[in-house]
Amino acid sequence: MAEIALPWKVTNTRTRLKIEHLSMSFRDNGRAVDVLDDVSLDVGEGEFVCILGPSGCGKSTLLNIVGGFIPPTKGRVSIDGETVRGPDPRRIFVFQERGVFPWLDVEDNIGFGLSRLSRQEKSRRIDYYVRLVGLSGFEHAYPQELSGGMKQRLEVARALAVNPDMLFLDEPFGALDSITRLVMRGELLRIWEAERKTILFVTHDIEESVQLADRVVVMSTRPAEIRRIVEIDIPHPRDISSRRYLQLRDSIFEEIGLAHKV
Amino acid sequence: MKRLQTLLWPLVTAAIVLTVWQLAVTATDTQIFPSPVGVEKAVAQLFRKGLLLRYVGDSLFRVGTGYLVAISLGIPLGIVLGYYPDAGDAVSPLIQILRPISPLAWIPLSVVWFGVGNLAAIFLISLASFFPVVVSTMNAVRNVPHIFLRAGCNFGLSPIAVLTRVVFPAALPQILIGLRISLGIAWLVVVAAEMIAVDSGLGYLIIDSRNAGKRYDLVVAGMLLIGLIGLGLDTGMRRLNYLKSMRWGISQ
Amino acid sequence: MVGKLKRALPVSFIAILIALWQLGVSRETTHIIPGPWAVVLGIVELGRNGLLLKYVVASLFRVTWGFLSAVVFGIPLGLFLGWNHRAGTALNPLIQVLRPISPLAWIPIAILWFGVGDLSATFLIFLASFLPLTVNAMNAVHSIDPVHLNAGRNFGLSQPQLVYRVLYPAVMPQLIVALRITLGISWLVVVAAEMIAVNSGLGFLIIDARNAGNRYDLVVAAMALIGLIGLLLDTVMRRFETMRSVRWGFRSD
Repeated sequence: MAEIALPWKVTNTRTRLKIEHLSMSFRDNGRAVDVLDDVSLDVGEGEFVCILGPSGCGKSTLLNIVGGFIPPTKGRVSIDGETVRGPDPRRIFVFQERGVFPWLDVEDNIGFGLSRLSRQEKSRRIDYYVRLVGLSGFEHAYPQELSGGMKQRLEVARALAVNPDMLFLDEPFGALDSITRLVMRGELLRIWEAERKTILFVTHDIEESVQLADRVVVMSTRPAEIRRIVEIDIPHPRDISSRRYLQLRDSIFEEIGLAHKV
Repeated sequence: MKRLQTLLWPLVTAAIVLTVWQLAVTATDTQIFPSPVGVEKAVAQLFRKGLLLRYVGDSLFRVGTGYLVAISLGIPLGIVLGYYPDAGDAVSPLIQILRPISPLAWIPLSVVWFGVGNLAAIFLISLASFFPVVVSTMNAVRNVPHIFLRAGCNFGLSPIAVLTRVVFPAALPQILIGLRISLGIAWLVVVAAEMIAVDSGLGYLIIDSRNAGKRYDLVVAGMLLIGLIGLGLDTGMRRLNYLKSMRWGISQ
Repeated sequence: MVGKLKRALPVSFIAILIALWQLGVSRETTHIIPGPWAVVLGIVELGRNGLLLKYVVASLFRVTWGFLSAVVFGIPLGLFLGWNHRAGTALNPLIQVLRPISPLAWIPIAILWFGVGDLSATFLIFLASFLPLTVNAMNAVHSIDPVHLNAGRNFGLSQPQLVYRVLYPAVMPQLIVALRITLGISWLVVVAAEMIAVNSGLGFLIIDARNAGNRYDLVVAAMALIGLIGLLLDTVMRRFETMRSVRWGFRSD
């Protein structure tokens, strides 16, 4: 097991998020469980980075630490030089669609973090994001009346409305059917290109990571460390049948050690 | 067609029950147990005397007051105990010991403190409703999914804002269920409290009718009224679940 | 908080309350309300003159009989009403009207039919437990996942087999919770019933101790005993919820 994972140098964008030698262990019934082992990573402004790994490998834990919800056992996370000590509206988490508040309608959900704005400004922003995520006409609908994909859009809108610097998404499309997932990936990229936030996206889906990310950080199983960072140099929109796409995807398959035939 | 069916069967059953009851009374030729007709006459008599409305009003007043006291104290306490699990764990055993003590067991003490009368009855009702409200509110708050709390913190809300804008609305459907059950308990207790500690109300009617003249027709009349009003209160509270901001809680 | 400290918390909380209680009593001039120590002495006194055992047994006896008969009649009825939709819709309104009627409202009728004594009290407890158990059993049947019933039919089970091998195990977790809660209700009602309709038992003790000589120490002693026994019954019933055959119904996410 390699002790040190080299940070990938980001060349032409300035580094905003710095993860330095992050390790995490939990106590479970008296035993120490190592979840993360010396993870280091730099993420640049406006980058879309996917953290890829099998379920339970610790990537969600990594994201929770970066988001400030759990303190790490060792190492530090800093954003713009400032150490992360707790959750902050400048870095909004997007969960699977069950994160939307069921007692508020679409408008109120999106407006949730906007209480400090004037009524006009708030209303303007809500309108903008309703349209951006494609929920026009559903402003007064409640989450239980929306489909899974729509709830996911709502959650993204709510996150974007407060104009965060970064978005952290933890397997957001996991509960959706595969067709909706494809559509949502396209939507997410469209929204990202409109706003160009820095995005950290956790997933266990290899295809998803290659379709979305600028860089894919491939994690090992627990205790998780970075196996390899693959740069996806295909411009959007990506042809998922192109040679380069298949090349990159297969290299990740190999990295994880998966067979090619079913 | 289906609506007709759902109405039909209960009506048929009610008719059968009433008929059997009437027949049983005439067949055994009992002088004491009333027939449905007797009960209906008794209710009319009460109504004419003005006692019906007065007794119903008194019982409702006591329930209302006691219940409101219980929820205005119980809900905030429940929220605090649910939100701060350590506090909840500390107080829980005490609640578990006090809860099984029938409110009526408190009657001697309440008479010492409040004398015989409305205040004692209201105290008993508050006591009876208080514990279920606290416990169900506590559980409702504890069951709020962590994801919502996380989201609240993530958006930069202060702890108080998290309580008011996330925890409370999220816990509300379950709190309402607890409130409905508590109201049912309050209604049970008011009847019992009136049998012992005051001199008006539906519970009093039952005891008094029997003691004063073996008027079992009034006794049964009182029982039926109690049942119907209790059902009405319960149904009323269930309707609250259908408010738009609560409706999501039904499927949860 | 560290485990041991956590467990000390409720104990210290209760200890503080007891201390405040003692303080409040010693400053009161009327000397009616007993302090905690007087209550303890009261319990000891009851133990010594044999009343403690006699009354506790009396109360438990009535609860047991009333509760068991309610279980024997109420649960099968409830299961039937849940299974057979027509019967359920027919009888439901009747049940809903009877349910809010406090068992104590039945006291005059109970005395009329059974006189003053054990039978009356047991009847009241039966009434108090019967309807909740029936309703709960009905609801339990209604909330069985249809998937399970379809699977049973798919495997060719006959109706009785379906009831025995699918319905019955499927409703067990909910029934056990209902049993526990209803037992708690029975315990509340026995005390109340004893205050009015019989001459022994913990409820009777409360009324009698006050009437016979303002022995409020015995009154509060009885209350404490009622609380503790009620808690004990509840704890015992909760153990049933950990049985392997029903543990699946209490999965925590």
